[in-house]
Amino acid sequence: MMKGLKKWRLFGLLATLTVFLSACGEEYLSTLTPAGKVGEQQFNLLILSTAIMAFVIIVVCAIYLISFFKFRRSVVGENVIPKQVEGSHTLEVIWTVIPVILLLILAVPTVTATYKLGDTSGMDAVDENGDKQALTVNVTAKLYWWEFEYPDLGIVTAQELVVPTGENVYFNLIAADVKHSFWIPAVGGKMDTNVENLNKFYLEFGEESADLQEGVFYGKCAELCGPSHALMDFKVKTLARDDFDTWVSAMQNTADRPVATDVQAGEQAFVDNACISCHATDATAVTPDNPYASNAVGPNLATFGDRSRVAGILEHTEEEVVNWLKHSDDIKPGNLMPVYEDVPEEELEAIAAYLMSLSVEE
Amino acid sequence: MSSIAKKKGFGATVWDYMTTVDHKKIAVMYLVAGTLFFVLGGIEALLMRIQLVQPNNDFVSAGFFNQLMTMHGTTMIFLAAMPLLFAFMNAVVPLQIGARDVAFPFLNSLGFWLFFFGGVFLNLSWFLGGAPDAGWTSYASLSLYSEGHGIDFYVLGLQVSGAGTLISGINFLVTIINMRAPGMTYMRMPLFTWTTFVASALILFAFPPLTIGLALMLFDRMFGANFFDHTMGGNTIIWEHLFWIFGHPEVYILVLPAFGLFSEIFATFSRKRLFGYSSMVFATILIGFLGFMVWAHHMFTVGLGATANAIFAVATMLIAVPTGMKVFNWLLTMWGGSIKVTVPMLYALGFIPSFVAGGVTGVMQAAAPLDYQLHDSYFIVAHFHYVIVGGIVLALFGSAHYYWPLMFNQMLSEKLGKITFWLFFIGFHCTFFVQHFLGLMGMPRRVATYLDNQGWDTFNLISTVGAFLMAIGVLTLVINVIITAVKNEKVGRDPWGDGRTLEWAIPQPVPFYNFRQTPLVRGLDTYWIEKQEGNTEGMTYAEPLGDIHMPNNSIIPFVMSVGLFIASFGALYNMDADKGWSIYLLIGGLLITFISMFVRSAKDDHGYHLHVEDIIAEEERLYGKKGGHE
Repeated sequence: MMKGLKKWRLFGLLATLTVFLSACGEEYLSTLTPAGKVGEQQFNLLILSTAIMAFVIIVVCAIYLISFFKFRRSVVGENVIPKQVEGSHTLEVIWTVIPVILLLILAVPTVTATYKLGDTSGMDAVDENGDKQALTVNVTAKLYWWEFEYPDLGIVTAQELVVPTGENVYFNLIAADVKHSFWIPAVGGKMDTNVENLNKFYLEFGEESADLQEGVFYGKCAELCGPSHALMDFKVKTLARDDFDTWVSAMQNTADRPVATDVQAGEQAFVDNACISCHATDATAVTPDNPYASNAVGPNLATFGDRSRVAGILEHTEEEVVNWLKHSDDIKPGNLMPVYEDVPEEELEAIAAYLMSLSVEE
Repeated sequence: MSSIAKKKGFGATVWDYMTTVDHKKIAVMYLVAGTLFFVLGGIEALLMRIQLVQPNNDFVSAGFFNQLMTMHGTTMIFLAAMPLLFAFMNAVVPLQIGARDVAFPFLNSLGFWLFFFGGVFLNLSWFLGGAPDAGWTSYASLSLYSEGHGIDFYVLGLQVSGAGTLISGINFLVTIINMRAPGMTYMRMPLFTWTTFVASALILFAFPPLTIGLALMLFDRMFGANFFDHTMGGNTIIWEHLFWIFGHPEVYILVLPAFGLFSEIFATFSRKRLFGYSSMVFATILIGFLGFMVWAHHMFTVGLGATANAIFAVATMLIAVPTGMKVFNWLLTMWGGSIKVTVPMLYALGFIPSFVAGGVTGVMQAAAPLDYQLHDSYFIVAHFHYVIVGGIVLALFGSAHYYWPLMFNQMLSEKLGKITFWLFFIGFHCTFFVQHFLGLMGMPRRVATYLDNQGWDTFNLISTVGAFLMAIGVLTLVINVIITAVKNEKVGRDPWGDGRTLEWAIPQPVPFYNFRQTPLVRGLDTYWIEKQEGNTEGMTYAEPLGDIHMPNNSIIPFVMSVGLFIASFGALYNMDADKGWSIYLLIGGLLITFISMFVRSAKDDHGYHLHVEDIIAEEERLYGKKGGHE
């Protein structure tokens, strides 16, 4: 009898713990700590559906436990032949109608939210001068990295998305090779990046990321895309509108940045080893307008020094840059970057130092 | 000719099983093969859980992990759950409806061998250059990008075994429509027969889209057909639709028979007629129908648009209503009954909370905007394991204990059975309950590893511990089977004492012709009615003792399947430029199959007649000289 009870306690956790554990998870990653209107709306649906389902579970549990404890053979007697009941129309109606009502309670906000979240008309809204009012970001997912292009601002970045807080940010999503899925759990639900069509959706970023543990929200690829699917992370930096505007103008002035004297050797090595043929260091190096995916071969490195991770996953140090250049195939299996094991160590270190100097935030 | 002559050597026994068309023997073969694949899939799961026990683990490589993950899903669905259900369908349904065999015994054997060789082919990929690695869903852009022959093994293996499944499905449809004993009206059919019937109808409609999808994929890979290559005008979303138009009904193909099995167990061990039988039948049909209307809820994040998402969200929620009806009917079957907690009943009792938990998370995912967060996260992994393990696997284990005496005339140990249940049940909740929270905490599914400092470490550790508990549970079940087989204590007819349906009325061991005389069915729960009226015979007969027409054994289904097995290798290696010989393999294999088909068509096989004296002799051999019963 106690065993039976234990199982029930375990099960009741589903209802109680969902509420109880809502404080669980990391602030920069968990859907249970939504930062933004989209995420909050989805979180509210989670709470509503959990509440309804908890009610269902309690009713089922009650009938289950009562019938189990009342009607065991040891209680009713070994040789009792129970009455062979056919069924009950009243009961059938009750347990059809009540679930329908419960589902309606859930269905109405579901349908409302589906349309609300699917409405991307704000993307094309313009002010009286014909300028776009909302920020649009073109996201291209590639084998294990992300490109973020700001078509109306003429800038592009990779691996770290930078967005303003407190407004709807619209996304055009596409994949360049195989299907991926764009997901920032703490901010809102995901949308797939298909290979053949542009998907559109929006998110709203409710708080500045500076206070978070690493100063960024975590982004994930949610669709299996090959061996390094698990490592296809990106980061999201959210800034107040003023700071964002500052960042944008800094980005727009990266075309002919002076290279500090102490990293000029690194820049030379960057060019000599043909890194430059795949990786732009200029944030205005937007690829030609293409209805399909961006054709950049490697991530734009214009803001490399500002990032919080190397290749989305490694610690942001020069040692890890060198490690990545030498062993990128082990670190992210299946990625398309060549390995630079044969390049002298000091050249790699110089490249790392040069990359770390690429910053728009200072 | 017939299988009357017993006392055979090992070789003769093997030959007997290779050629048999007896549904009871085919059931045993499904059980053995399904268990084998179940263990393989379980080992794959354990390796994955070991890899995920801690962050940044390197127990297996990322590429190998993707193969494990793909093969675990594919094996468990196609090669373990389906055949194990077919094992019970074969063992039980003909007996439940008072039939001497299925409608097409030859096709029954063919269905098994196609499934078996398809499964073997798929699993040989491990040794021949690597298993498929694009997930059991094998989404087109990734599966076309995947190097090596893994995906080809997936496509060809599933095509062959899928043909077997389709054949078996059609066979059960025809059997249930045509082979019912006199008096066995549709509304007197036991619920397991009903669910088998509806599941078979689902197979009939759900497998062709898969076949088409696989054929298109095969053309893309073999001939560069570009159905799914978007750079050449193809479209990968079509694969997703084809796959899920199959894939979602597939869930109900699996779970409906499981519902049927539990319905039998609840009624038997509550010693009470199934509550609301007609609404249970109605709910089964409704679930089967709605099952085809909801496939796009697997694709809420694909970008189908708000209207499509809203429609499929509401349609999906609707399924909760008939499913809820079923749960309440089971509860009310127990209510007022006399519940005996045997091992099968223990599984049924464990099933209710587990399945309800899986069901409610399903409704949560039906809320499309919420699903944008849940989709492709560990929450989904938790959900479908609650449904599949908590629903289907518990049904399979429970029914293994329940029907063991019917299939083998032996009883599995109740004591060991209870240990198995508790280990497996606790392990199961331990493994998957925490995964709900991993998903909500932002962990995507199908990840080969994860970085630390994301708050996922503890729950992943708990999950791995649970997986090992489940494995130990399965081990105790295997031990139980071995001990029971060695002891070999015969238990005879109706060993549970509370059997209600026709299959329990047959004397044990069941003779190969099942019923010496076709029974007359006088109501729902026939055997219960006869027992209540004090009929020790167990059934009323609809005919006098007479000759029985039986089908001949045949090796042709085996040969036909071997032909396709060989041809699959030919097709697979034909994609390599340097393997010119493969074309001979392809043609040779297909020739074997076509010649077998020709022989089968051209050579009349009328079966044979079992005469009354043969029947009496057989019964004396089986049950001793009792004088028989006229």
